[in-house]
Amino acid sequence: MTSKIAMRILTAIVALIFLVSWITRSGSGMSDSAFTNVRDGFLITFAVFLTLSIFSFLYRDNPFYKFAESLYVGISAGYWMSYGFWSTIVGNFVPRASRSLSEFFHVPYQERADHILIYIPIIFGLILLTRLLPKIGWLSRWSLAFIIGATAGLNLTRYLRSDFISQVSNSFIPLFVDWKGAGDFVSHISLAADGQFIAILSNWVIFVGVMCGLVYFFFSKEHKGAFGVASRIGIWILMITFGASFGYTVMGRISLLVGRITFLFGDWLNIL
Amino acid sequence: MKRQIPMLILSAVGTLLVVSVFIPSARHWQEDASLYFDIIAVFAFFLGGGNLIRVHAEKVSRKSAGWIYSVVTLLGFGIMLVTGLFKIGNPNGIAGDISQAGSYFQLLFQYVMSPLNSTMYALLAFYVASASYRAFRAKNTEATILLVAAFVILLGRTALGVLLTNWIPAQFSVLQVPNLAIWIMNAPNLAGQRAIMIGISLGVISMSLRLLLGIERSYLGGDN
Repeated sequence: MTSKIAMRILTAIVALIFLVSWITRSGSGMSDSAFTNVRDGFLITFAVFLTLSIFSFLYRDNPFYKFAESLYVGISAGYWMSYGFWSTIVGNFVPRASRSLSEFFHVPYQERADHILIYIPIIFGLILLTRLLPKIGWLSRWSLAFIIGATAGLNLTRYLRSDFISQVSNSFIPLFVDWKGAGDFVSHISLAADGQFIAILSNWVIFVGVMCGLVYFFFSKEHKGAFGVASRIGIWILMITFGASFGYTVMGRISLLVGRITFLFGDWLNIL
Repeated sequence: MKRQIPMLILSAVGTLLVVSVFIPSARHWQEDASLYFDIIAVFAFFLGGGNLIRVHAEKVSRKSAGWIYSVVTLLGFGIMLVTGLFKIGNPNGIAGDISQAGSYFQLLFQYVMSPLNSTMYALLAFYVASASYRAFRAKNTEATILLVAAFVILLGRTALGVLLTNWIPAQFSVLQVPNLAIWIMNAPNLAGQRAIMIGISLGVISMSLRLLLGIERSYLGGDN
């Protein structure tokens, strides 16, 4: 009972702050049109409300967070459906399918001899929707088979060329960069970032690292002796990779956080 | 019928695309297949939308726990879909770009979807920080290496990293944190990424072959 009352008081406070913010932001609008100012004031206030609602989850799960989360799900689904329709169906299918449809949607018609084939994905797409009808839902497997078959066919050669052959070939690199003899190397040795020693070290690390990383993924032989040592170096190299990826992920998240704080204190409160 | 036809479609489409690589006049099949894939993917979005409506409408009609949030989801979905499909408020009407500045679709993206999206991911910064504190305590050599690499990368991208190590002379410049971060990215990180990519590519190739040859059938589901 007490928590219900507290929730009602909190909702009233939030509504009051929302109204004050809306009125203030509408008053300080830049446009000549009153409607645009009121609309923009509402939208900025609503964006602030949603931002703070999501952050409120840091305290604990609550109705404001649930509201924002539910809205996010609905809005995202609507966004991607609309975007997919206009960019792919209207952007790619319509110009190849029909002149009159192209004129209706104001997209340039592309005359092609094999334009009848463009109906194949439409047929498979419609078959995919049978998933919503339990009695004939099994038909959607045909579309799924087309999608998986196309992915398998495209990826088989694509991965073989770009991810396998080119990555292997790029790993076989000179291990002695600008080598002019041991004497010259020793006399100029330094830890300068653009120096010869670091260039040689980098190439050794790349070559040995790739080989040891692959050894770690080879499970058909027990990781013992020299093989075990290589496998252990492989783990270390992979740990550095995971550490670097983790560092980058954290940086990305923090920059998003900075963006939201800038929005709250700059765009909304105007104190930055 | 329920299993043979999908297997036949899969093998035929996949094999044709593999063969097209070796026939110059059939090279465009790959581009066409990518386009077909994109078009079917849009129908998958429609399917997702249909499912979303079905699940949430059911919750609302049954008044089950949290049904009011399902109303919010359905409203958000409906409003975004209508403004997007009919390009409501678009200054150039139906001929305008869907993301045209001033259209309601763009306004909803800018003031609703974008704040929700970035705040949701920004929220993860706190959870990543707390999870990493628990997970990455230097308990063994591997965890220590991971921790040090992450720390150097993080420090190397900030002004603090420059401030702390800019006194190091030029002949040891690789030890300056920003340079060390770059070296980690370009040497050991690259080696690890390559090993992973080669492993993934081998996995993708073998899985594609299994699918084309009809050995892998899990996509058909368990029944019938």
